[in-house]
Amino acid sequence: MGRGTVKMPIKVFVGLDMGSSRTKVAIINEAGELIGHAIKKSGTDFGGTAAFCLDASLEMAGATFTDISGAVSTGYGRDNVAFVTTENKTEIGCLAKGCHYYFPKAITIIDIGGQDNKVIKLDTPGRRNGFKMNRKCAAGTGAFLEEMAGRLDIDLEEMDGLARQSTEMVKLGSYCTVFSATEVLESIRHGKNVTDIVKGLFYSIIKRILEMDSLTEHVIMTGGVVAHNPYIVAMTEELLGRPVVTPVLPQLTGAVGAALYAMDKYRYRKNVIKGEN
Amino acid sequence: MVEEKKYTRKKIQATDMMNEIMADYFYGLNEAATTGKQKVAWCTSVGPAELLRAMGFAVQFPENHAAILGATRTSTDMIPMANAIGYSPDICSYLTSDIGAYLKGITPLSKAYPGIESVPKPDVLVFNTNQCRDVQDWFAWYARELGVPCIGISSPKSIHEVTDAHIDDVAQQIEALIPALEEISGTKLDMERLKEVVSLSRECTELWKQVLDAATTSPAPMTFYDGTILMGPAVVLRGTQQAVDFYKVLLAELSQRVADELGAVEDESLRIYWEGMPVWGRLRQHSELFAGFNTAVLASTYCSSWIFPAFDKQAPIRSMAKAYLELFIVRSDEYKEQYIKEMLARFRIDGIIYHDAKTCPCNSNSRYGMPKRLEEATGIPSLIISGDLNDMRCVSDEQTKTNIEAFIEQLEERK
Repeated sequence: MGRGTVKMPIKVFVGLDMGSSRTKVAIINEAGELIGHAIKKSGTDFGGTAAFCLDASLEMAGATFTDISGAVSTGYGRDNVAFVTTENKTEIGCLAKGCHYYFPKAITIIDIGGQDNKVIKLDTPGRRNGFKMNRKCAAGTGAFLEEMAGRLDIDLEEMDGLARQSTEMVKLGSYCTVFSATEVLESIRHGKNVTDIVKGLFYSIIKRILEMDSLTEHVIMTGGVVAHNPYIVAMTEELLGRPVVTPVLPQLTGAVGAALYAMDKYRYRKNVIKGEN
Repeated sequence: MVEEKKYTRKKIQATDMMNEIMADYFYGLNEAATTGKQKVAWCTSVGPAELLRAMGFAVQFPENHAAILGATRTSTDMIPMANAIGYSPDICSYLTSDIGAYLKGITPLSKAYPGIESVPKPDVLVFNTNQCRDVQDWFAWYARELGVPCIGISSPKSIHEVTDAHIDDVAQQIEALIPALEEISGTKLDMERLKEVVSLSRECTELWKQVLDAATTSPAPMTFYDGTILMGPAVVLRGTQQAVDFYKVLLAELSQRVADELGAVEDESLRIYWEGMPVWGRLRQHSELFAGFNTAVLASTYCSSWIFPAFDKQAPIRSMAKAYLELFIVRSDEYKEQYIKEMLARFRIDGIIYHDAKTCPCNSNSRYGMPKRLEEATGIPSLIISGDLNDMRCVSDEQTKTNIEAFIEQLEERK
C-alpha cells in the first residue's frame, strides 16, 4: 500500500479447516469469492499454525484482522482457534457447503483427507441425505500414501507423476495398511516397477472409497490427496465410466464451506437486528 | 448451526432405591457363595432364570458383571489376559473382559461393595444360546476352570414367526434341565413356586415396558443412558418382588416428570433411536454429548429387550420358552425391521444410530443392509458408528464425536 493511501475497510469471512494433516484457511469476500488462502502442515501447535495461515491468507486478500466479519472453524483441531472464533461446524457440513457452492445440484462428494475419507450425498438444494466416514483404519487415506511413500523411499509429491508412467499396475488385495505394506514389499522383492506399485496404491485407495457407499450421478472429489494426485480423479473416472469433477482448489473446499457458513451467520445476525429495529 | 452447550444432569431419585436393592442382591449372592447356605447358578441374561430362582438358586449373571467391567472402564485392561490364553480380540468382549478379570483376580464388585472379594463361585452354569454362541463358550471355559457342570438351551435363531414347533423344542430343553438342577440343588421343583416366579417376571416386565414408554412423550423424562443403568433390576432380579417394587417407584417418578413436562434433556429438539449395544465405557460422554446438542437418545432395542409379554403363570415352562424365543435378537431381519419401524413411529424418532460393535455381531444390525432398507422405507436418516461394548481399543472418540455432530447437523437441516 502506498504512502499516504488509506485502506478501504472490507468485510471478509474466514474458514479455518484444522485437519489432522494440514491446516487450510480460506477467506471470502461478501460476494463469496475466494480472495485469500493458505495451507500448512498442522504439526503439533494447531493454534500457531492456524495463526500463521490466517496471517498469510489475510495478506493475500489485502485485508486485516479487523476486517473479519465472521469466522467458522472445522476439522479435528476446530476447538483450538479460540483467538479468532469459537463457532465451529463439522468437516462434513463444511465440505457439503463448499461443494454445493461450486456445484449447486444433487451431488455425491468423495473427500480423501489425511486421516479419513468421507462420502457425502446432497440433494439439489444442498441438504445432506447421508454421509459415511471410513472406519477406524488408515486404508485409503492420505496417511496410507504417506506410509507407503516411506516404504518406497519416494517423496509424496513424486507419486502422481510415477503413477502416470505405469504400464502394468500391481494389484494390492488387502484393505489393511499393514498388510498392504507387506504386499508392497513383496512386489519390490519380485522386481516390480515402482511406477506400477504406485498406481496400484492409487487404485487401492479408490477401491476402499467405492466400498463405503453407492454414488449418485454427479461425483465431486475433494481433499489433499486429490489436490496433489489428480491422476486419482482420472482413474476414478475410468473406473466409474463417467466424469468426476473437482473444485478449483480441492484441498480448500472444507475451509471455503466454513467461510460460507460464517457469511450466512453474519447475514442472519444482521437480518435479526434489522427485524428488531 | 449446531451449538454444544454445557449439560446438567437431572438425577432420577429412584436410583437410590435401585442402588440399595442391587447392593442387597450382590451381598446376598456373596453370602450364598461364601457360606454355602444357598446354591449359586450362573445364568445368561435371557436364560432360564425363572426356573433357577424357583428352585432356590442364587442367580449370578456374568453379562451383568461384564457390563460393570465396561462401565467402570476396567474391561480394556482385562481383555488382553483372555486374548493371551487364546480367546481372540474379535470375539465377544463381555466374554474376554470377564474371563480376563477372573484371571487377574479382579472384580469391580469389591470396590462397589466392601467385603465382597470375588464373583460368587457357581455350583452350576446355565446358558441359553438365544443371544449368541459366545455365551456357551464363555460358560464352557468356567466349567473347565472350576470343574462345575455346564448345561443349557441351544436356541433356534433368525426366526420370523415363533411357532409351536419352536416353543416345543425350547420347552422340552427347559424340562430336560430340571433333573440335573434338582440334583445340584437337592430339592424338587415346586411348580407352584415356578408359577409365582413367572408371574413376578411378567409383572416386572410390564412395569419396565411402562417405564420405557414414558419416553414416548415429549420431552422424554429419561434417556437411553438412564435406561441402561435403571434396567439393572429387570436383568438380575427378574422374578422377584424387589424388582416389581422398584419399578413401581420408578414409574411413579417418571409419570410425575411427564406431568410436569420435565425432560431428561433440556429444550429437547431431536429424538434419536439407538440400535445396538451401549458403549459401556462411554455412557457419560455420550449422554453429555447428545444432551449438549438438545438431542435425546430416548428409545433403544437394547433396553426394550427386557420386555417379555409372553410370561404366563398358567403355562410357566411353555411361556418361558416363548418369551426367550420372542426376543429381538432371536428374530429374522424382516421381523426386526418391522419392530424398529413401529418403535420409530411410536417414539416419534428423527434419526437412528446403529452401533456397529466390533466384537458383538449379533447385536450389530447394520451389517446386512438394514440401515439402507429402513431409511428407504421410513425416510428417517441413519448413522452407523463403529465401536464396541467393552473393548475401548475399538473406539475412536474423535470419529464418534464428528459423526454424531455431523448427523445432528444433518437432522437439523431437515427439521
